[in-house]
Amino acid sequence: MSYAFTFHDAPLFALPSGALHWPDRDLLVVSDLHFGKSARAARHGGAALPPYETRETLLRLETDLDTTQARHVLCLGDSFDAPDIGAALPEEEQLWITRLQAGRGWTWIEGNHDPGPMNLGGSHLAQLTLGPLTFRHIATDTGRGEVSGHYHPKARLALRGRSLSRPCFLLDEHRLILPAYGAYTGGLFTQSAPLATLMQPKAQAILTGPTPCAIPMPR
Amino acid sequence: MQPPPSLQHWFDARGWQIHPHQQAMLDRAQEPALLLIAPTGGGKTLAGFLPTLAELGAKPPPGLHTIYVSPLKALAADIKRNLRLPVTEAGLDIRIEDRTGDTSSHVKRRQRADPPHILLTTPESLALLTSYEDAPRIFAGVQRVVVDEIHALAESKRGDQLMLALARLSTLCPGLRRVGLSATVDDPAAIARLLARHPGTCAILTADPGPDPDIQMLVTEQAPPWSGGGAAYAIPAVLEQVRQHKTTLIFHNTRAQAEIFFHNLWLANEDSLPIGIHHGSLDRAQREKVEAAMVAGQLRAIVCTGSLDLGIDWGDVDLVIQVGAPKNVKRLVQRIGRANHRYNAPSKALLVPANRFEVVECVAALDAVKAHDLDGDPRGPGPRDVLCQHILIAACAGPFDADQLYAEMTSAGAYAALTRPQFDDCLQFCATGGYALRAYDRWQRLLQRDDGLWQLRDPRSATRIRQNIGTIQDTDTLKVKWRGRGGGNLGEVEESFAASLTKGDTFLIGGQIVRYEGLRDLVVEVSRDPGKKPKIATFMGTKFATSTQLSARIVNMFQQDSWPDLPPHTAQWLALQRRVSRLPEPGRLLIESFPHDGRQQLVVYGFAGRNAMQTLGLLLTKRMEEMGLAPMGFVASDYATLIWGLDAVTDPRPLFDLDALEAGLDGWLAGNAVMKRTFRASATIAGLIERNLGGQRKSGRQATMSSDILYDTLLKYDPDHLLMQITREEAMRGLVDFARIREMAARVGDRIDHVTLERISPLSAPLFLEPGRVPVRGSADERLLADEVARLMDDSGLSQVDTPG
Repeated sequence: MSYAFTFHDAPLFALPSGALHWPDRDLLVVSDLHFGKSARAARHGGAALPPYETRETLLRLETDLDTTQARHVLCLGDSFDAPDIGAALPEEEQLWITRLQAGRGWTWIEGNHDPGPMNLGGSHLAQLTLGPLTFRHIATDTGRGEVSGHYHPKARLALRGRSLSRPCFLLDEHRLILPAYGAYTGGLFTQSAPLATLMQPKAQAILTGPTPCAIPMPR
Repeated sequence: MQPPPSLQHWFDARGWQIHPHQQAMLDRAQEPALLLIAPTGGGKTLAGFLPTLAELGAKPPPGLHTIYVSPLKALAADIKRNLRLPVTEAGLDIRIEDRTGDTSSHVKRRQRADPPHILLTTPESLALLTSYEDAPRIFAGVQRVVVDEIHALAESKRGDQLMLALARLSTLCPGLRRVGLSATVDDPAAIARLLARHPGTCAILTADPGPDPDIQMLVTEQAPPWSGGGAAYAIPAVLEQVRQHKTTLIFHNTRAQAEIFFHNLWLANEDSLPIGIHHGSLDRAQREKVEAAMVAGQLRAIVCTGSLDLGIDWGDVDLVIQVGAPKNVKRLVQRIGRANHRYNAPSKALLVPANRFEVVECVAALDAVKAHDLDGDPRGPGPRDVLCQHILIAACAGPFDADQLYAEMTSAGAYAALTRPQFDDCLQFCATGGYALRAYDRWQRLLQRDDGLWQLRDPRSATRIRQNIGTIQDTDTLKVKWRGRGGGNLGEVEESFAASLTKGDTFLIGGQIVRYEGLRDLVVEVSRDPGKKPKIATFMGTKFATSTQLSARIVNMFQQDSWPDLPPHTAQWLALQRRVSRLPEPGRLLIESFPHDGRQQLVVYGFAGRNAMQTLGLLLTKRMEEMGLAPMGFVASDYATLIWGLDAVTDPRPLFDLDALEAGLDGWLAGNAVMKRTFRASATIAGLIERNLGGQRKSGRQATMSSDILYDTLLKYDPDHLLMQITREEAMRGLVDFARIREMAARVGDRIDHVTLERISPLSAPLFLEPGRVPVRGSADERLLADEVARLMDDSGLSQVDTPG
């Protein structure tokens, strides 16, 4: 089940996992994968987090690729938790990425965690424009038809006395912000200042989860 | 052995005579480990210190002689005050200092360089001290360690942490003698095993228990309500008792109840009697003010919670009032002892039930006190999450040898049965994370050097480890301050409570009504509110479980034809329950269902104790989810489980299909909130989740999210990981295994009595106030979400409009 909407004349689908599907272009967009988060934590002398988040994220991605059969993948930045962490991933996980890339166009957009090219296949770009849409990591003030990530948006709702929070897409007239796709990625509530000022008053939040759906963005 | 002559002189001048058990402590001062069991008010603490004062004498050489450990910072500060007075006036040249989380950093530094003769501290501060590289120098020559209120520590991981710290001290100072001071308990031998340095043993010295307490139920003209925990009905009668006595302690089971009661008491206090409030959520400065006023005898009454349970000397208390059912006979007896500090005089206490069910509980508790029937549940082997923390603490102090550390740790009673493979698992966890996938070995936390010793890979990580020492898992709380720059601290509320507030809401804290203004930098900002009716603070405080023994007494009482021992209002209430529904019977299972509060409610009166009832709640909601009944959550008490959901249960019998329930057992570990809560606590103690990072505490909500995700990935990819094993052990310890449910099911058979009602039943009412509600995340979420989405879209008009663009 996915949520269909139109953004700058492009018919798009928000998937339950937080990926964005654009069937007309045969494209799957995911943002903020943060591969290698536990590796980075370990390197900094902190507690050793369970090193399974990369395969968890890859499993999610593989499932979405199987479902959508998309021929192109666009990773919207912060795909790796640190610039050189890709090389530190266990060989099995690097091979998994290579396997997913086989037979597909693959584009890495630069993020603030992972600027510059890395030693994995695919093309590396600062941003990419496809028809009416421009894909970059961080939303700009002047962006039009802009698809970005970076903020890990999350919505919190009060449901008859219980509170529920879900990662969400944010959508207004000019921009679309994707939720973080990676495991172990926290979130920023839509009420927080950066998101509240960035998004227009009539913005919507598209909640991820078993049945993606749109609500007015909680402020 | 005798006290120093000048001290004896000081005692004589006050007409003070040594109690037999205090002399016995002096005579047996050379025992390697000695446990004193004495009633509250029996001069326990002095008994613990007399040998130290005798050994130090008038002109002791410098150096640490005795470490005193108490469960409370306030108690350490209080002992310092009480001990310094005779020592100073007797002209003894003995330095006594405390060292707790409240001690300033420059004092702490000085104490490490130049320790006092007697150091008063807490288990956490002591564990921290042992983590320093110069620990061998600080502790050189220590002779005695005195553990006060050891019965309280023995019930929790704080006791396990303390015993591991003592094991380290005994390694540093092999001649160290241990003394434990305990209130009256059901099983002294269990505490002695905990305190002993294995394979050595610990002797037990039992003081004269003194006369039985004078304890009764408070008689009021007005009947207690059917439900609720406020006991507002009893305010006039309680005030009258306060007037008739010099100083009254009014105990409550939760902080919220204490706040509400204090507020009501103050509104009714026409004589303006000086009455104070004291509980753990209040700001330290406020607590200290109340403590000082209490010691100075300026207060006629103090409304308090468990924060006053332990042996602080509150001067001339002549009455203890317990509001709400005592839940636990042992704790009740210890609380009653707070009244009347004269040894060998009976303590006077009154029980005030907050509602009708509690009247029954109070009568059952009175019977148990008269019968000297103390309750208690044995604790299992020492939890390994605490062990992991102590391996990291040992690494902070310097390189260690694994064989020696294993030998040291197994000298602690709770860990005496720890096997070497179990220890090695913990060491591996601390070193590498202990994952099946050996992903990042080159960045492991501990490394084994060429000489075989283990050390921190990055010495700087010692700071982070030290910041996370401790085993106390407080509910996550936020500070409450007056709005404006430099606004004063009022205390703390639970994060979940703060999240439920919107601007303009009012609640009670420290006896004042305040108005919620907003949240800034994890601080709740409030302003004064002139109103009289607050939105009630629901922060919980400590949750007590009614002991199994007490529960059994209650269900037996239900079987009487009439209840002459109960006040008429309660007897009538039970009769009403018998009329509109039924009363639970041994060997049968009563189930009620009725709508309430917009939900369908199901109440199962299992009387199997809180842990089993909690397990039952988990399993039943899982079954209900499978059957499409959209359960939303449950809460368990010792006598019943309450489940609420979107759909009514018309026939509960299929739910109790034992085979289906048992089949669900394998899966129940997987996704439920109780397991995640347990995992989070253990992962924090074992050092996987860091609560304090560079002095900045992560908000509890952030910590909750990440620990849930870690739990889910471990369950999926590494289900036999050490922390998952610990979580299961802890859950079994906390939730009790399936055996209790099976036993209940066998006892009940098919004798299930299902009663469908149109409204809440008298007996079920107290359950709706039970803390510890466990949410069930399932189809109900999706259904509620769909409703809410539809409502939001209608409200905003968005459902009429196409997407923007």
